[in-house]
Amino acid sequence: MNVLVCVKRVPATGGRVTLTPDARAIDTSLLGFTTSPHEECAVEEAARLVEAGGGTSTVLTLGPEAAIEQLRDAMAVGIERAVLLETDGTEWGPAATAAAIADAVRARESADGEPFGLLLFGNEAADSADYQVGVRVAVALDRPCVTGVKRLDVGAGAVRAWRERDGAWDVYEMPLPAVVTVREGINLPRYPSVPGRLRARRKDVERAPARRVPVADAVLTRLRLPAQAEHRVEILGTGPEAVPPVVEVLRQLGLVGR
Amino acid sequence: MILVIAEQDAGRPTALSLEARAVARATATAAGLPLEAVELDRDGAPPGDRAAALGRLIAVRRPLAVIGPGSDSATELLAHVAARAGLPLAANITALDVGGSGAGRPLQLTRQRWGGTLLEDATIEAGPALFTVAPHAVAAEPVGTAPEPLPVSLDVDGVAGDGLVRLVERVPMGTEGVALEAAPVVVGGGRGVGSAEAFGMLDELARLLGGTVGVSRAVTSAGWRPHREQVGQTGARIAPDLYIACGISGAVQHIVGCRGAKRILAINTDPDAPMVAAADWAVIGDLHALLPPLLEAIRDTR
Ligand SMILES: Cc1cc2nc3c(=O)[nH]c(=O)nc-3n(C[C@H](O)[C@H](O)[C@H](O)COP(=O)(O)OP(=O)(O)OC[C@H]3O[C@@H](n4cnc5c(N)ncnc54)[C@H](O)[C@@H]3O)c2cc1C
Ligand SMILES: Nc1ncnc2c1ncn2[C@@H]1O[C@H](COP(=O)(O)O)[C@@H](O)[C@H]1O
Repeated sequence: MNVLVCVKRVPATGGRVTLTPDARAIDTSLLGFTTSPHEECAVEEAARLVEAGGGTSTVLTLGPEAAIEQLRDAMAVGIERAVLLETDGTEWGPAATAAAIADAVRARESADGEPFGLLLFGNEAADSADYQVGVRVAVALDRPCVTGVKRLDVGAGAVRAWRERDGAWDVYEMPLPAVVTVREGINLPRYPSVPGRLRARRKDVERAPARRVPVADAVLTRLRLPAQAEHRVEILGTGPEAVPPVVEVLRQLGLVGR
Repeated sequence: MILVIAEQDAGRPTALSLEARAVARATATAAGLPLEAVELDRDGAPPGDRAAALGRLIAVRRPLAVIGPGSDSATELLAHVAARAGLPLAANITALDVGGSGAGRPLQLTRQRWGGTLLEDATIEAGPALFTVAPHAVAAEPVGTAPEPLPVSLDVDGVAGDGLVRLVERVPMGTEGVALEAAPVVVGGGRGVGSAEAFGMLDELARLLGGTVGVSRAVTSAGWRPHREQVGQTGARIAPDLYIACGISGAVQHIVGCRGAKRILAINTDPDAPMVAAADWAVIGDLHALLPPLLEAIRDTR
């Protein structure tokens, strides 16, 4: 089975977020880039499915040329082929992104002469968190889709997708080809090996300009940091001498007895 | 008209649905528009038929905005409706202004990005447009304080869902201990804990305080603890009375998961760690030196 996984390049924010002067983006001058943990798990799932069942694995991103870094990260853990749908780096909305990805899937499949058995997405992107690109691609291609999946069992011509609801699993079954959006926890992604990284660096990336169709999406005007309640931290100590004040705090909260 | 989606659990609107209703009510009132509601059962059924029926309803009634709760099920449903009907969907809004009734002014919204780390102001050219409301970001409308929205029934007769996705089984998860989301005390562990074995101390502390252990992504990525214990943007959102964060730096993606905690005690060797800045109390030191005597002192109080 051929599997396609879609990832999005996002800034790797850490302790504090700062915005660009026009407040339309995160200031990335001091940041690296990454993808969502959900997508890292989707990449791992794609690699495992192909290792276990044969076929090819492909990673795709829509973004600037620099997003090749995220494609190489995926190839470093075993994804075989990579496709960059190149943009000028401006942010696309989820409907426009999905339309371009659906187009690229159609083009790839007709070149390959067979459909991808599975298209894997993250449940939501790390930055914009639109919760919809996977579903929009599924509807555009008229394929069944389950979102928020934390376990995937692939059988002959069909797939079982597990997701949580109110402390139990809902198990869905659907025929292939299908679309699945995954959540972190579905697997534990491997760390890329050094030979894996070296191999990924030498691999080709197919490039095509992303085709933007006019669709209605929400358009960002500005970003804001949510208001932070002012408060002060009380330092209780630096070592074992802090034990009595910590116990006193627990006592005040009614968590330990007298 | 503004249409709100009310998900029902055992015949009553869910908490998230009442949050969606609060936003929908404010939007409708400000615009002088009527508020109507569609009730849906939260039963795990695939979205196909409902998405088709809701799309038909929107095509006929032309609501300026359809506003749903930020649950997994409503989010998935509205994504299907948006995709089928070719409408915009903005997830996790906290506020919406649709202008005057049918004035054709762009819709103005505020939504969460990065799990709530950032807010985005955005516009949508024209309605109808679909929205979900960010969970626990706005106060729920108390039941019975305002007139019930006019109910609209969803007619699934003769609509074609995809029909390909079937719910085939419901399997219990076999949970043990105190659930993370509901725990009164969470003892958090990060990379600073150092090993899977060292988590024994945190398990013991959680047990003594009637709570449970939560962890950072560094810990789940290392394979020290399972992902179901992860707190943060791609893990659980917790709201305990006390969160004890041991060896956790406090990256923004972790903080969004624990900022619902009433009180935070941070234990960290680094006084400049963001977790310390977010805490009410802190011990600036090695958790391995502090926890053993702390456990002993707590046992002594029994
Ligand atoms: C899109 C996205 C989503 C993410 N989602 C999540 C999420 O859901 N949850 C999450 O947690 N992270 C998430 N992350 C990862 C996050 O950015 C951080 O990398 C992660 O939280 C760091 O974990 P940590 O604090 O345990 O490790 P570190 O950042 O390495 O911090 C370790 C801390 O321990 C302290 N320390 C070390 N030794 C000791 C000692 N002996 N005693 C006391 N203190 C000590 C250090 O001073 C430091 O502050 C996400 C990242 C991205 C990009
Ligand atoms: N620019 C992009 N390129 C490739 N995949 C994307 C892109 N944007 C979103 N996706 C995929 O769609 C998922 C859901 O994104 P979203 O609907 O924006 O939250 C992500 O987790 C990715 O798998």
